[in-house]
Amino acid sequence: MRRTPASLAAADPGPAHTIEFDGRPIPALPGQSIAAALWAQGILAWRTTRIAGRPRGAFCGIGACYDCLATVDGQPNQRTCLLPADPGTVVTTQEGHGHADLA
Amino acid sequence: MPTSPDATGYDLAVIGAGPAGLAGAVAAADRGLRCALLDAGARPGGQYYRHPAPELRAARPDRLHHHWSTFIGLADRLAAHRQAGRIELLSGRHVFLLEAEQGGDAAGRSAWRLHVTTGERTGHLRAAAVLLATGAYERQLPFPGWTLPGVVTAGGAQAMLKAGLVLPGRRIVVAGSGPLLLAAAASLTAAGAQVPAVVEAGDYLGYARRPGVLAAVPGKLGEGVTHGVALARHAVRLRRASAVIEAHGTEQVTAVTVARLDADWRPVAGTERRIACDALAVGHGLVPQLELATELGAETRTVPDGTLALRVDARQRTTVPGLWAAGETCGVGGAELALAEGELAALAIAGEPAPSGALLARRRRLRGFAELMAAAHRPGAGWPGWLRPDTEVCRCEEVPAQRITEAVEELGATDARTVKLLTRAGMGWCQGRMCGPAVAALAGTLEPAADRRPLSCPVRLGDLAQLP
Repeated sequence: MRRTPASLAAADPGPAHTIEFDGRPIPALPGQSIAAALWAQGILAWRTTRIAGRPRGAFCGIGACYDCLATVDGQPNQRTCLLPADPGTVVTTQEGHGHADLA
Repeated sequence: MPTSPDATGYDLAVIGAGPAGLAGAVAAADRGLRCALLDAGARPGGQYYRHPAPELRAARPDRLHHHWSTFIGLADRLAAHRQAGRIELLSGRHVFLLEAEQGGDAAGRSAWRLHVTTGERTGHLRAAAVLLATGAYERQLPFPGWTLPGVVTAGGAQAMLKAGLVLPGRRIVVAGSGPLLLAAAASLTAAGAQVPAVVEAGDYLGYARRPGVLAAVPGKLGEGVTHGVALARHAVRLRRASAVIEAHGTEQVTAVTVARLDADWRPVAGTERRIACDALAVGHGLVPQLELATELGAETRTVPDGTLALRVDARQRTTVPGLWAAGETCGVGGAELALAEGELAALAIAGEPAPSGALLARRRRLRGFAELMAAAHRPGAGWPGWLRPDTEVCRCEEVPAQRITEAVEELGATDARTVKLLTRAGMGWCQGRMCGPAVAALAGTLEPAADRRPLSCPVRLGDLAQLP
């Protein structure tokens, strides 16, 4: 059987719950950050940059680089590597500064 | 928000709950001091002892770590002290400003005001002494394609694995410089990833130049051997004196180009080789996180790896009265050294006369190894040879190398601060933590300058306006 991080750590989390990413349901394990839940689904980008519109996702994984920003429950510029993927969390790919609604 | 338990405040506030801070807090509490232990993370342990959230119910977190039993021992002592009311653990709190109070407290002791944010709310607490154990963050050197999704920091890959039990890909190249690379590669392979190569810019021969220093720390050699055996078992190839000079892909990384480096880290033409991968974990050593102390004027020293560390005396005192430092803030040296320094600082703060000779000897041995390691992984001056004009250097503000070169060569900038004012490099969300070392090198700065960050993390204007 293929080794996984969960099998290495002998993790036995409760059943996955669901968060929403750009309108689609994504499973998340209790205790995972939003970024971790997205990585687990092979999703690596959830922001586009302000100037060139290029995709970005988690880089430093510890809250220092601010590359993993996304709009979470309507709030732009949230660090997804720090925020827990609580049941029902709604994550939206953030375009630019995330304040297009103010333009 | 945390406020002081009474008008006099805590005897000691420890900033950072990694190895140094944990060791310092429990040793101080052992001696009767009332401590606040603050950390930005959700759980104590810092980056080194980062571990899965309890809800993930990991029965074997030890398999993600070296020396897990040491952490368990510290965590047990912390729990006992919290129960007894000697330590208040304040997790999820980032100290963004450290302020010396005029005149100290009524007893004539120095007194500190620590301004704290949870991101949502701010507050402050007071303490007679402060132990700075804020650790380090990873040094990054830019290269073409390093902003592609799937390119992550080596420490970040470790952190996401340890805390969230996830990997950025299935086939992960590990690259950069420093001992963290071997540790990261060993963890990633143990967790099921394939690591086609570990690409180390240094040559590791630097370690052989001081055999006496190495012989004094047999544990460090053992760690290296353990990683080496683990990597050999998974057929991981270590490429020394080499670097990833480009990451390829449009929407995410699909391959990297690796090249040999000369002694100055200049890529050697004709040695390029492409390696397919779906992720790259990269880092070039660690940078001590000092801004809370340097904003107060604490003196620094230049470490052989080119970073700045706080200057401390034999008892871990900084040059600022009432401010102690331990662990990576005194120069990157690893968890074992951080534990020794945290304890030494606590003994001094508690007013104990002289620490045991064994503890002092341990610090001396490990500090010696740290300086050797720092010299072996110091970035060579030729690394900008792998940049292209359009390579983004500042990730936040999307500033390409070309604009920094223009600022230096045409507009006369000679330091990172002037480059920032001319190009915005280093002005974004991360406050220059990702591009700072690279911009300083491109500006031709020979000696590193202390980071200037009056606030150590972004804080809302409304919260600043309400500072007492």
